[in-house]
Amino acid sequence: MTAALAFDLLLVAALVWSAARALTVADVFRGVVLFIVFGLLMALAWARLGAPDIALAEAAIGAGLTGALLLDAVGHLRAKREPGP
Amino acid sequence: MSRAVAALVVLLAAGLAAALGLAMLDLPEPAVRLPARVAAKLGDSGVDHPVTAVLLNFRAYDTLLEVAVLLLALVGVLALARPHAARAAAPAHPLLQTLARLVAPLMVLVAGYLLWIGAHAPGGAFQAGAVLAAAGVLLRLAGLLPAWAQPGLLLRGGLALGLLVFVAVAVAVLGQGSLLQYPPAAAGGLILLIEAGLTLSIGLTLAGLYLAGTEVEP
Repeated sequence: MTAALAFDLLLVAALVWSAARALTVADVFRGVVLFIVFGLLMALAWARLGAPDIALAEAAIGAGLTGALLLDAVGHLRAKREPGP
Repeated sequence: MSRAVAALVVLLAAGLAAALGLAMLDLPEPAVRLPARVAAKLGDSGVDHPVTAVLLNFRAYDTLLEVAVLLLALVGVLALARPHAARAAAPAHPLLQTLARLVAPLMVLVAGYLLWIGAHAPGGAFQAGAVLAAAGVLLRLAGLLPAWAQPGLLLRGGLALGLLVFVAVAVAVLGQGSLLQYPPAAAGGLILLIEAGLTLSIGLTLAGLYLAGTEVEP
């Protein structure tokens, strides 16, 4: 078992774990953070598969911009739930 | 009861995953070897990188419509966002502001590099635009950029520029016979021109999805 194979298996396990946790976790904020983690791991997976173009787009759009939008939405939800001072 | 339903859902999902995996293993050999055909025609495409050649030359029509879809998405967001007075963003932590001021110019530089390197290596308009948009979001988070109240004429022009350049090039080369078939001698320059416009527009559009939707300060 080479180091590359071990890394790939670890990556797959982390991908499945973060995806499952992002969907099942009760706290929305944690879910969003796990989604961003999933996006970054996915970018790594694309890079390992020899598709650096998609890896770049995934890291920038999938994890970065979508993450920022989702975090903003969580902020709005919290502000609505607890009226500010 | 709910436990049984959950178990059933998990079981069905696992079955679907297994069926998909088996189907993937059972796929027939593709009749046409696309990578080889792309490699054979790469010399005529005007760029050295196969992904860029497919996106901006061989399948440029797809990319043209993708850009139109992206623009339409932002038009939808702008239509939904309620009009409001332009408001300065809440001041962020000075450390974040300083960091954003330092990093944003570097991000613009990286976007320019990705745009240029796209002709030879992984990169191109979408990646460069995404980096530009990330710079915009970072500046917004640091409180250095106001949210979009009503995009002015200049901003609207920037949003549409990429699609307009793309359509203009498509119309200009229409005389060659078929849609978006560049003359091989000018292909490299035309692709760079289109990608430059696209980078600006994609960057503004993706940033706009964030900047236009975040008008309500808590």
